[in-house]
Amino acid sequence: MTKSKEKRNNPAPAIVKKALIYFFLTLWAACVLFPFYWMILSSFKDYASYNAEFIPKFFTLTPTLENYKLAFTAVPLAKYFLNSLIFTLGTSVIMLAVTVLAAFAFARLEFRGKNLVFTIFLSLMMIPNELVIITNYQTITNLELRNTFTGLILPSVASVFFIYLLKENFEQVPDELYKAAKIDGTSDLKYLFKVLVPICRPTVITVLILKVIECWNSYVWPRLITDDSAYFLVSNGIQEIRENGFGRENVPAMMAAVVVISVPLIVIFLIFRKKIMSGVSRGGTKG
Amino acid sequence: MNSGLSKLIRKTEKPYIGLHGKIRQTKGDRLKTGGIERLTKYVSGSIIIMNFCLLGEDGMKKNSLKAWLYLLPAILFLGVFLVYPLIDVVVYSFEQGYNSASQSYFGTGIYNFSFVLHDSYFLQAVKNTFIMVIITVPVSTGLALLISLGLSSIKKLKELYQTIFFLPYVTNTLAVGLVFMILFRKTEYSEGLVNLLLNSFGMTSVDFIDGPYWAKMMVLCIYTVWIVLPFKILILTSALASVNKDYYSVAKLDGTSPSRTFFRITLPMISPMIFYLVITGFIGAFKSYSDAVAIFGTQLNEAGMNTMVGYVYDMLYGKSGGYPSYASAAALILFSIVLTITCINLLVSRKTQSKQES
Repeated sequence: MTKSKEKRNNPAPAIVKKALIYFFLTLWAACVLFPFYWMILSSFKDYASYNAEFIPKFFTLTPTLENYKLAFTAVPLAKYFLNSLIFTLGTSVIMLAVTVLAAFAFARLEFRGKNLVFTIFLSLMMIPNELVIITNYQTITNLELRNTFTGLILPSVASVFFIYLLKENFEQVPDELYKAAKIDGTSDLKYLFKVLVPICRPTVITVLILKVIECWNSYVWPRLITDDSAYFLVSNGIQEIRENGFGRENVPAMMAAVVVISVPLIVIFLIFRKKIMSGVSRGGTKG
Repeated sequence: MNSGLSKLIRKTEKPYIGLHGKIRQTKGDRLKTGGIERLTKYVSGSIIIMNFCLLGEDGMKKNSLKAWLYLLPAILFLGVFLVYPLIDVVVYSFEQGYNSASQSYFGTGIYNFSFVLHDSYFLQAVKNTFIMVIITVPVSTGLALLISLGLSSIKKLKELYQTIFFLPYVTNTLAVGLVFMILFRKTEYSEGLVNLLLNSFGMTSVDFIDGPYWAKMMVLCIYTVWIVLPFKILILTSALASVNKDYYSVAKLDGTSPSRTFFRITLPMISPMIFYLVITGFIGAFKSYSDAVAIFGTQLNEAGMNTMVGYVYDMLYGKSGGYPSYASAAALILFSIVLTITCINLLVSRKTQSKQES
């Protein structure tokens, strides 16, 4: 292609090119949004009319809340929801405490073998979860912690990556603050939670959000460790609903359950959009 | 407290840094260092001196103990749930006929590995996983690159598109998988939406959920791509935004064609990120499991759609479970494959990068 030809062609197709780009992006946006649209639409359709549609309709003129009522009464959706909430909160809080303490030790305290320990920690990041889950399953079973929140929470509270992330952030805080606090007679613990954590709040929140997303979507570990539906989390709950849910296959009610499960994270995402996206680009792994 | 602190800093900054500098200078001489440190603490209060008396002369010792205390929870959790299992899984994999109930076994050897490698379910799982990896990694990376290029060339509505594209990341894989299942499947009552779409293009309908192998594989791949794209778009969009704009200005001045600009400027600049995505994509795709469960249910072996990770879990738990030794052997085989492919990826990326530099 010669330069002159390129120049002659350029001005006119600029708009066409823009239009094509927008068309392409809109096409993918439609692909992303359509499943969400479909589940919301189906969840408002009446059971009888849904099954009567050989060709599914793209709208409904008689929206009903019956499916949502059914999702909360026929299956213990509220229980699943509550379990997930407890699991998510428990895991996040303990994880944060463990992580902050360890990160502080690496960032501010001097001790022999610090570099060695930190290197070992970093190398632990390479251990894949699938490899250790077998023994963890045995450990938790032997401790008779199956079908308890303790068993659900314990194995997922320590995260090397988050320790690393926080340590890097703690180190950026000027050392003088720490020394001043020491002269003041402030204890390390007080300094950590009154000064360091508030200063590093953005990173702390990022870590929290990533953990919450992970917890809300976790499926494998809860599936291994719970077989009593009183301890099912939402992911296992939805699988249970799918396999022997409403007595008969009731797609609209299933979709209502799916909507209920999906909404919390989407709301959190829309509120903390910027934080979540920057957090994921720093430390996300799904994909 | 903050303002008090900053005041203190201002007051103490100079002498303190001075001391600090001295400490640095005499770092090799531990006796002296301890002396200066002791001096500092002497000024700051008698309680600390008492501590010194209690804990001995070396200030490091006290700090060391405290540091280990801070690290203790992390070390405990990581030790019990990460390091010990890693060793244990290797032990398991060589114990023949391990019984979880009596916790006994009757021999050691490589029988577990040979059992797994001859198990038709495992071979099916390996085949499925490899097909999935080979399809989804290039498709998702390519698609993500196209979308990010599109995103970075527009200004209006960019944030809206970015928000929409990110949505699959924050959804529950199992829940949305159910929607995909409904969209793709064919029942007696309804052809399903995707099939109706196919029919309108003059194609015959297929049962994507219980039908032929390739149809099932296609749904799985489509769903996987749908799930993994947000992360890749996010990474590539920020990579594209970080390319120095001067390069483009110069290229424009020179009258460089857009395709040449792309291949000579954009691609080399973002290639580290592309390699990063390819490597993490490979690892992620090899470990995929819940997307398959989301679409085909928990009985993946019957559906013929099991993945390698799924095989590990099935060996451990559920209908066919109770064989941690087989599960361990399968997990180790899986990770030797992942490790090999990651190493190859790293080698290729290093070679390409060094070629670009020269």
